[in-house]
Amino acid sequence: MRPSAPPPDQSLGALGWLRANLFSSVGNTLLTFVGVALFLIVVPPVVEWAVLEATVAGTTKQACDGGGACWVFIKVHLPQFIYGFYPEAERWRVNLAFAILVGLVALLFIRPMPKKGWIAAFTAVVFPFIAYLLFFGGIFGLPVVPTSEWGGLFLTLIIAGVAIAASLPLGILLALGRRSEMPVVQAVCTVFIEFWRGVPLITVLFMASVMLPLFLPGGVTFDKLLRAMVGWALFAGAYTAEVVRGGLAGVPPGQYEAAKALGLGYWRRMRLIILPQALRIAIPGIVNSFLAIFKDTTLVLIIGLFDLLGIIQAIATDPEWLGYAVEGYVFAAAVFWAFCYAMSKYSMRVERQLNRHKQGV
Amino acid sequence: MRATWAIALSAGLVLVQIASTALAGETLQKVRERGHIRCGVSQGLPGFSSPSGDQGSWQGIDVDYCHALAAAVLGDRSKVRFRPLSAKERFTALQSGEIDVLSRNTTWTATRDTALGIHFVGVIYYDGQGFMVPKSLGLDSARQLGGAAVCSNAGTTTELNMADYFRANGMDFEPVVFENTDEVIAAYQAGRCDVYTTDRSGLYAQRIKLEDPDAHEVLPEVISKEPLGPAVRQGDDEWFNIAKWTLFALFQAEELGIDSGNVEQHLDSENPRVKRFLGVDGSIGENLGLNDRWAYRIVKQVGNYAQMYERHLASEPLAIPRGQNKLWNDGGLHYPPAFR
Repeated sequence: MRPSAPPPDQSLGALGWLRANLFSSVGNTLLTFVGVALFLIVVPPVVEWAVLEATVAGTTKQACDGGGACWVFIKVHLPQFIYGFYPEAERWRVNLAFAILVGLVALLFIRPMPKKGWIAAFTAVVFPFIAYLLFFGGIFGLPVVPTSEWGGLFLTLIIAGVAIAASLPLGILLALGRRSEMPVVQAVCTVFIEFWRGVPLITVLFMASVMLPLFLPGGVTFDKLLRAMVGWALFAGAYTAEVVRGGLAGVPPGQYEAAKALGLGYWRRMRLIILPQALRIAIPGIVNSFLAIFKDTTLVLIIGLFDLLGIIQAIATDPEWLGYAVEGYVFAAAVFWAFCYAMSKYSMRVERQLNRHKQGV
Repeated sequence: MRATWAIALSAGLVLVQIASTALAGETLQKVRERGHIRCGVSQGLPGFSSPSGDQGSWQGIDVDYCHALAAAVLGDRSKVRFRPLSAKERFTALQSGEIDVLSRNTTWTATRDTALGIHFVGVIYYDGQGFMVPKSLGLDSARQLGGAAVCSNAGTTTELNMADYFRANGMDFEPVVFENTDEVIAAYQAGRCDVYTTDRSGLYAQRIKLEDPDAHEVLPEVISKEPLGPAVRQGDDEWFNIAKWTLFALFQAEELGIDSGNVEQHLDSENPRVKRFLGVDGSIGENLGLNDRWAYRIVKQVGNYAQMYERHLASEPLAIPRGQNKLWNDGGLHYPPAFR
């Protein structure tokens, strides 16, 4: 028997790879050229602006005389981008609260950790109060820092964190309520969800910041940030509810019947059998809406709160630093991208873990 | 059913009315109890109110007015908390008592002064729409702009004023409008239009963003009236008076030649006008419900109007000439009523 002939030269090596992947047809060849041309048009000027001709050294506008980006603007204002107008002497409180949070989350990541449930409960229930007391002050001799001085990335994380943390339990309850067999509960949940889904977020924020104070008796005001966050949590809850409902609908009816057949009550049925399966199905959708919530925090700009993007825009109006808004926007985009990418990476990991039982089926 | 709603609504309105009358005369007392003034400013407008560099404070002429108010009422310019407000929520914040004074480059108009439940206390800056052109065009008047392509923001009064002006002067023009200011300035830089029009303070601020600011100039014509001033809630005349005379004190100090550097010497002055102003004689402060040295504190801690203007607007990089914002005896429009 003759040994099989080697493959033709043209399908081997770099040349073969190019032929197979980039020039396999007239259409693909064209696409390759267009792609290369776009790359050459877009990338070199960006690299030149952002890296080669950029200025990093120095602390004043005068340092930026190169043609490129002025990262000095970011460097000088970085503390403000992170903390907003939070007084410099009190910023350790913000750092401490975030350090505690990071510590707690790290504990939760250790797989063989004992009493994990308690740590999780502590993080979800007790930690928010600790964080609030640290941020706001007023006890243990900590000076009060009113919420109007909170800002920057710190504020973005607070608003997104509160909205995300509140929207999941609220969403689960609403989703269960909407699928409930009790007509009143079902009607209330349906109306609630449809109302909040039918109203644009900007409207909710305007109602919270502009209309609500007019309905309150004169002189009675309550915190603008609080008003915005309540509106935000309700809005996010309604969206999450529909995602969770999708998950609930994806659980096979046999599971419901089997759970009933075991003789479990409603809440245990949901907690032990239905929700674990439903949430697993719903994870991509839930993460999707969390990312949307996180990015939508920039809308607080319209009610005069300075989130990361807001503080960047405000500082770009400092007469001494006029004309560096582009650097600020690039920085904001990078930060938002980093957070969102981390969130979606984490969710993919969780998904893989939860679906391990399906492997090899 | 509709009648029930009407009754409920009017009952609600009555409640609001009662609530707002109950506020009368309370602002000063509340400010004293609280220990600081809450001042509404913009979210960032160069020269008027913008976050300043590193220390997380605010700067600008609107900001300095609030410092002056704090100096007059509480004796300490730093006893003020700034609330950045968006254009949409600024009036509500004042009406609902979230802030004590609105100092946010707000144009004084009849509707706002009457229907919104607020009082403008005066004019701190006379703004108005103007034109910026490249110096290379060699123009010295807006009357020579016939046939020009003019850049402006879309859907603002700016656009309407521009159309009115060109029509009234029988000139053709080609409008080039954009949604946001950064786009407008980019188009102007790229030469898509010959002229850029917006409020003159805005022109000077935008000019800095150009590659070579010195190659562009603002033409002398002012084609609209934009008197910017602070405002307070209606229904509290005592606070209204304090806010109003704090503003006038800034002009009066400049008129008398008193600034933060020489105010100590002026305490010994023999000039009766100076004596009355600084509270050495007379009882202006007492009538306002303040310490007799209220005006002295303003000048000592914040300065006079000329100093404020120099600090935030006339100095580099904005370099906005005083123009209409000179005092009356210098050819401008600022005219403080008599301090006696």
